[in-house]
Amino acid sequence: MLDGRSAIKRRAGLRLWLSGGWLLLIVLAAILAPWISPQDPLAQDLFAARTPPFWEAGSEPGFWLGADSLGRDVLTRILYGARIALIVAFVAGTLTCAVGAALGLIAGYFRGWADRIVSRLVDIWMAFPPVLFAILLIAVLGTGLTSIIIAIVVIDWTRFCRVVRAEAMNQGQMDYVASAQVAGMSRLRTMWAEILPNVLPTIVALLSLEMGIAVIVEAILSFVNLSISTDSPTWGGMIAEGRTSIHQAWWVLVFPLLTLFLTVLSFSQFGEGLKDRFDPVLR
Amino acid sequence: MSADAPLYQVRDLRLSLPDMTSKPLFGPRPRIEILKGLSFDIPKGEVVGIVGGSGSGKSTLGRTLIRLLDPSGGQVIFDGTDISHLHEDALRPMRRRFQMIFQDPMSSLNPRRTVSAIIAAPLKLQGFDRVRERAAEALDHVGLSRSFATRYPHELSGGQRQRVGIARAIATRPDFILADEIVSGLDVSSQAQVLNLLEQLVADLNLTLAFISHDLSVIRRLCTRIIVLRHGEIVENALTPELFGAPQADYTRELLDAIPLPDPDQVWI
Repeated sequence: MLDGRSAIKRRAGLRLWLSGGWLLLIVLAAILAPWISPQDPLAQDLFAARTPPFWEAGSEPGFWLGADSLGRDVLTRILYGARIALIVAFVAGTLTCAVGAALGLIAGYFRGWADRIVSRLVDIWMAFPPVLFAILLIAVLGTGLTSIIIAIVVIDWTRFCRVVRAEAMNQGQMDYVASAQVAGMSRLRTMWAEILPNVLPTIVALLSLEMGIAVIVEAILSFVNLSISTDSPTWGGMIAEGRTSIHQAWWVLVFPLLTLFLTVLSFSQFGEGLKDRFDPVLR
Repeated sequence: MSADAPLYQVRDLRLSLPDMTSKPLFGPRPRIEILKGLSFDIPKGEVVGIVGGSGSGKSTLGRTLIRLLDPSGGQVIFDGTDISHLHEDALRPMRRRFQMIFQDPMSSLNPRRTVSAIIAAPLKLQGFDRVRERAAEALDHVGLSRSFATRYPHELSGGQRQRVGIARAIATRPDFILADEIVSGLDVSSQAQVLNLLEQLVADLNLTLAFISHDLSVIRRLCTRIIVLRHGEIVENALTPELFGAPQADYTRELLDAIPLPDPDQVWI
């Protein structure tokens, strides 16, 4: 009574390897920044100001990706910037996920008044322009890492909530939920033990996407100088500084931008790849 | 309860649901009557077929019998206890005694659980001992090798999946099983195997069975009594030979005429 169904194996795609590889690189860079950085991220060296990257004429040894207008090493600042970016990505992403997914799961599974309250709240939330909302929040909370994380959670929980609610509703229609009731499982335990594992692939994909979005939001806030103090290099802050000297020193803008772009792209692709890889149901 | 009292006594069972197609500006939605006052008995050990066209309320009736749906009126008396308005907490220990086999095993088996976990779930929740052993015995009963225990539902064929659904239903040794269209998603040879298995189990485990189907030829083979539903009302309730021999209601006759006859001389148009 065996057949080919169990013999099907799926390979981890190129997408998963590429995005995972880049993220691993960024994580290592963030952890090892003090040891692998060629320079001090805050050290100014006016003689080295606007030194171009290593392959261009006039480059200096030790400034691999060039230096900004104050003579600070771009590579070093990107490495240190990864720390802030990743802390925001993981902490804000996880908290956003926890808040949004919990509310979405409850609304989608229990329906009724719980759903009405959560759905109205989401509708109201969606009516605020997100970036302005973030700036307003930071203005109230004051700048700093904690404020950024709170701002991201407060703005973005609706993304999780809506998707998870819809998915929980879908799963709630399935007969395995009814069969759990027939077996005598309580409603709360059914949500936890039956629905949640089936919504998990969606949550994982969304969590990874959210981490990318958190990095972007942090960069936006740094760009408008509402992030953390200028003592800590951030990608958004570097992009803002690079913008002013784009005609004289393009590398100050381009390298952090490229890093940001690849990181955000990797987060979203990694999530999608994980979802494909670990979903046991052949669709 | 005496031995010859019916397992189920259903009295004036009513169920209405809000009409989701209508959205009045003020006040509650109008309600649609799905079950319009049904009364019947299910004697112990009988296999009752519930037939009717789509929308006749047969699935709703079945799900009300095992309280997956709450009736809006009337009584459902299971072995002397009125379960129609029992609170879920009070009902939970009784759920061991009435189980269900679902139409679509792909949907009724949680895709993230192994076969053994699926079959063991009701045993664990109902506080049985020797859970693993009982789950393995249930697999034996439905004719699946014990090596299936570690597999996931998507690794099985349709017929095998439905056997797992049956194994889960019989694991707690219930008195009553509701089978809702359980062969309609299977190919003909799997259908025959599952029906044979069900017949066997009814005899071996002393089950009372309610078998919901739109297919009268399947019902005829399996059931001792047939209830014909139409628009939420009982049109006819008779023993199988009587119903097939001398149908009383026009609707029953229509249904009987719709059965394709396995007659080689029949001209197919």
